[in-house]
Amino acid sequence: MSQTMQKEAASPAMTRHDFEDFLYLEAALLDEWRLNEWLALFTDDARYMVPSTDCTDASTPANSLFYIADDRFRLGERVVRLNKKMAHAEWPRSKTRHTVHNVRIRSVEGNAYAVTCNFVTYRTKNDITNTYIGHHEYKIVVGPDGPKIAEKRSILDLDSIRALGKISIII
Amino acid sequence: MIEKQSSNSRGLYIIDDGDRGLFKVARTAFVEPQVFAQEQKRIFERCWLYLGHESEVAKPNDFVTRAIAGRNLIFNRDGKGVINAFYNTCTHRGAFVCREARGSSKMFQCFYHGWVFSNEGRLIDQPGKDAYPDKFNEDGSSNLARVERLENYRGLYFINYDRNAISLDAYLGGVKEYIDLVMDQAETGMEVVGGTQQYAIDANWKLLCENSIDGYHAATTHATYMDYLANTAGSMTNVGMGGGGKQLGGGHAVIEYSAPWGRPVAQHVPAWGEDGKKDVAAIMDRLTQKYGEERARRIGLMNRNILIFPNLVLNDIMAVTLRAFYPLSPDRMHVNAWAIGPREESGAMRERRLFNFLEFLGPGGFATPDDVEALEMCQRGYKNLRGVAWNDISKGMLREKPGTSDELQMRAFWRQWNNLMTAQEAAE
Repeated sequence: MSQTMQKEAASPAMTRHDFEDFLYLEAALLDEWRLNEWLALFTDDARYMVPSTDCTDASTPANSLFYIADDRFRLGERVVRLNKKMAHAEWPRSKTRHTVHNVRIRSVEGNAYAVTCNFVTYRTKNDITNTYIGHHEYKIVVGPDGPKIAEKRSILDLDSIRALGKISIII
Repeated sequence: MIEKQSSNSRGLYIIDDGDRGLFKVARTAFVEPQVFAQEQKRIFERCWLYLGHESEVAKPNDFVTRAIAGRNLIFNRDGKGVINAFYNTCTHRGAFVCREARGSSKMFQCFYHGWVFSNEGRLIDQPGKDAYPDKFNEDGSSNLARVERLENYRGLYFINYDRNAISLDAYLGGVKEYIDLVMDQAETGMEVVGGTQQYAIDANWKLLCENSIDGYHAATTHATYMDYLANTAGSMTNVGMGGGGKQLGGGHAVIEYSAPWGRPVAQHVPAWGEDGKKDVAAIMDRLTQKYGEERARRIGLMNRNILIFPNLVLNDIMAVTLRAFYPLSPDRMHVNAWAIGPREESGAMRERRLFNFLEFLGPGGFATPDDVEALEMCQRGYKNLRGVAWNDISKGMLREKPGTSDELQMRAFWRQWNNLMTAQEAAE
């Protein structure tokens, strides 16, 4: 066996099918409120972002007001918060259904993959169902423990979030 | 002791009893359609309403479209550099002449029949012009209509739908001192940071007036935010919470206080590191040179939640937010929120400011979603108003110096609201 092949064996190339499985797992963990397990899908330096709807591709949390721009620490604290009864906006817990589709691998650099997918996330609380529509842009790195999310940017296909009211869940 | 400005009265909507230290608001004020209709006439068609910030139309030909109290407006800077507010409706048949949220344009063309207006509002062309008389629009009545009044204070542009309203300067009165304290953070003026939070709350708009200057709810509503601060290494100084509330006349009110969080003006927290410390020290030096030590400390270190009657909140806390909100019905409002910061701010300080903003503020933050939930639960609670008819806003009414968690500032809002809603008017 050549050296190149051994390297490939250590971090095998990911297919779209592999990412679909991974993103379906992520969606299921969110829907089941297994948030600590969900958080474990992220790298230690991960970022999670939801830009405001009038932001552009060039907008960053350093130059524009987003809805959410968490570094890994704050993302962890978001999970700590959502796990508490005192997170009033999400207690009693809402019911959510995260669906992902149109999964595409956009580019690969070493073990880092740019993956995009469309999403529709439904949230029901107090007999009101909100629909979050958009696409996710992921940076996913594949290491010995499998894929981990280094960045998740959730871009809403909305003109505002008036129909949603707030973003109190992870979309 | 009777609270200053207490009217010692029992009315349709409020009970203001300075002797007993009781202040009650009728829940009908939050739900009844006739109250909503009267508010439109007596408050939103008479008061100065925030339109936008000058930095949003920084360059000639820049425009923004925005709904203000149910009317669709164009806020622009024309080719000559003059800032205008127009009604966004073609004078021919009524269609929007501008359908974009923002941009740059020398003219506005209605796509329906093709009428063209300059960005100074003049009708400059109509297809088939030869079919109109020569003197058509001689009186200017087919030009874009200007909003009745447009005035600005320190870059904040306000409109008034009442041609006969008092000047903005007189209207703002006692709240100008506090607007100044916020704006004086900047050496070269404040600017709106890109990105607008545009959300909605299924609750009466006055609940957000109360909530925005409510120091009482933090410990319970925002328990998870307080936990977050405590868990975050270096996010706090050892400064305690302390200060007080004030009514500023005209329904304007403020709470001003010290707090442990970092302020991207001049309150440093360890998480910002040595670079942050230097940045903060430089800002404090500049402020001290310009304003003297006392005012510099107030600008740099004190927090302010300011309510500008009726519906603009300027919160100068761990970041600065402008928040304007408009009722659509008794139980729903639209909210627009912006972050503002000094034009000259360094990239690093801007980043700290925006990071700070999002941990507390906005519909994806660690606090605002819980406020939204609280307001919506109040609105639902008012379904019981035949059984339970009054809200209580008495806290601290008999205190010599009400604190930030007392409710003086909310009583200030309600007294003005009540004055406007119940004044005898011959014309109505």
